[in-house]
Amino acid sequence: MGISRRSALKAMASVTATSAVSAISARPAAAAEAPADAVGMLYDTTLCIGCKACVVACADANDRERDTAWSEGKWQAPVDLNQHTRNIIKLYVDGPTRSFVKQQCMHCIDPACVNACMLGSLQKREFGIVTYEASLCTGCRYCQMACPYNIPKFEWTKAFNPKISKCELCNHRLAEGKEPACCEVCPREAVIYGTRADLLAEAHRRLEAHPDRYVPKVYGEFDAGGTQVLYLSHVPFEQIGLPDIGPRSVPETQRSLQHGIYQWFAAPVALYGVLAAVMLRHRAKQGNETAGNADGGQP
Amino acid sequence: MSAHADVRHAPGPVGGAFFTPGVKIVAVVAGIGALAIVYRLAFGLGAATNLNDGYPWGLWIAFDVVTGTALACGGYAMALLVYILNKGQYHPLVRPALLTSAFGYTIAGVSVVLDVGRYWLLWKVPLYFWHWNLNSVLLEVALCIMAYTMVLWIELSPAFFERGVTAETPWIRRVSERGLPFMKKALVWVIALGLLLPTMHQSSLGSLLLLAGPRLHELWNTPLLPLLFLVSCVGMGYAAVVMEGALASSVLKRRPEREMLAGLGQAILPVLGLYLVLRLGDLVWRGQLGALFAFDLYSVLSLIEIGLFIAAPLMLATERQRADMGNLFRAAMVLVLGGALYRFDVYLVAFNPGAHWSYFPSVGETLVTAGLVSLEVLGYVMIVKYFPILTGRAPEARAPILART
Repeated sequence: MGISRRSALKAMASVTATSAVSAISARPAAAAEAPADAVGMLYDTTLCIGCKACVVACADANDRERDTAWSEGKWQAPVDLNQHTRNIIKLYVDGPTRSFVKQQCMHCIDPACVNACMLGSLQKREFGIVTYEASLCTGCRYCQMACPYNIPKFEWTKAFNPKISKCELCNHRLAEGKEPACCEVCPREAVIYGTRADLLAEAHRRLEAHPDRYVPKVYGEFDAGGTQVLYLSHVPFEQIGLPDIGPRSVPETQRSLQHGIYQWFAAPVALYGVLAAVMLRHRAKQGNETAGNADGGQP
Repeated sequence: MSAHADVRHAPGPVGGAFFTPGVKIVAVVAGIGALAIVYRLAFGLGAATNLNDGYPWGLWIAFDVVTGTALACGGYAMALLVYILNKGQYHPLVRPALLTSAFGYTIAGVSVVLDVGRYWLLWKVPLYFWHWNLNSVLLEVALCIMAYTMVLWIELSPAFFERGVTAETPWIRRVSERGLPFMKKALVWVIALGLLLPTMHQSSLGSLLLLAGPRLHELWNTPLLPLLFLVSCVGMGYAAVVMEGALASSVLKRRPEREMLAGLGQAILPVLGLYLVLRLGDLVWRGQLGALFAFDLYSVLSLIEIGLFIAAPLMLATERQRADMGNLFRAAMVLVLGGALYRFDVYLVAFNPGAHWSYFPSVGETLVTAGLVSLEVLGYVMIVKYFPILTGRAPEARAPILART
């Protein structure tokens, strides 16, 4: 007995089903390791005074247009990250509880945006910095759909040559031996630059020295598989816009599913063979039964 | 088994004038759409659309691409039935299904070109293979859809060659005369590709949103997304063929292939059964029944969506219901609505970038979509009038009723 249509359907169903199951029952993936040379930033809500010097410095360093929309052209006052603004200070208020929070790219260890990008326009390069290369970007914006922190922004106002805009940890400045502009300019050292390992050690030192001051956790140590920008906070992290994603990296579910299906491209090739074989069989049978039938199965 | 060799079911050009009043109206909508496209290209996405950094994907992706290609799965669903399940009697429905599929995918491609911000670099996606990010599901979807659009037109090419052999221009005749036998030999391999590619990318259109997992509502956030998208697109494919068959026969004044369309109504049933088992089973298994009956926006939309998927098979349950063309058409429409709502739910409702973001399609976006759909209708009418696609001759030329073979 050769290949039946039943086996073809089975093969088709199994292509998605088996891998769906394998993804669901997958062992928790081994946590992705930060690159050995990973650098990053540590931001501490208890030190930030909301002066926004970092916002201005960032726009300067990255040659961004001033976002003066909110102030109607008078001064730079972005209300959110956008095509002009790669770094922002926001204020969280809940009764007497207040906290500033800085937002920029988290430079994830396993970034969803990099996973999404068709031609690798977004890539994790030296020091684990997530960088953007416009010449390979089609402007599809899947990175925006993917990022759990809502970081990549698109230049909506440009009809020609719009790009994705996001914090690249001032990698052009790092190449000159300088720090990221936001860290360099911060008068309170609320945000500091360093290797991820050093920053983690510093964060834990602060947590131990002042357990009363902080929520007992370094955000980004394990969250979303770990990030290279780390946070210490005196208010719950979810309230200052850092979602509780859990320790599994964001792309893990999709990637294990997709690689389950397309490992070595074997399943699609096998399915193709089965489908063709079934049709050839039908055709041979039909040929025997109705020899000379002019309509040999053309659509 | 010789049903498709029956003269009654041989495809032929519909003929007649192209610019009927109906076609003129559709052409006007297409023209307005063209102006909206010019506006988008001249002034950019920010000016022409309501897309924003919270909702970077909107109507063009959710409708034109994700829903549009699912509706264009008629060719895929019919090929499954005819070539894999070997139901040769449905053969006459394959060509019209392939034609709508080819247009559906082509239109989706045009929408992608308009939707991406840097369309002049799209050529790099298939050609820069050394830059391919093999983790990117979107890359797979893009390559698959590009390939499948070509496959669809190749699958249709015998219809053009059949007409071409009678052409007056010698080179068209020559190409057609050589093309026909070649296609006959190659067809199995092309059709197999035409079955493989939609299996891949229709499921991947579901996988795409898995990457937005942390921002996807629990009612839709499941690793079964690819399977749910795949199964529902087959059902939507049959429904689209039924609707198209009924509409084409009524608008173009042809006798509808009643028995075949009713048969498709039956073929839909196991597909929808499987879908419902997966969809509801998934909600039970993940413990989301509470969320399903919370009666907030998400719950109500899921309930409507699941309700449509339950209503369609109920409307098609008996042979009598399926024999009633009006009822069959309505059931197909219910299913199409259910499948479309499911896709809108996943791409626009379940996806939540944060409270301060909102999205509703702009006038420009809507005009472009309406224009592209109109263009599709125009292309369809033009091709069925001049090329052998449709079967079922005009009523006045009806052949004497033959005994059923």
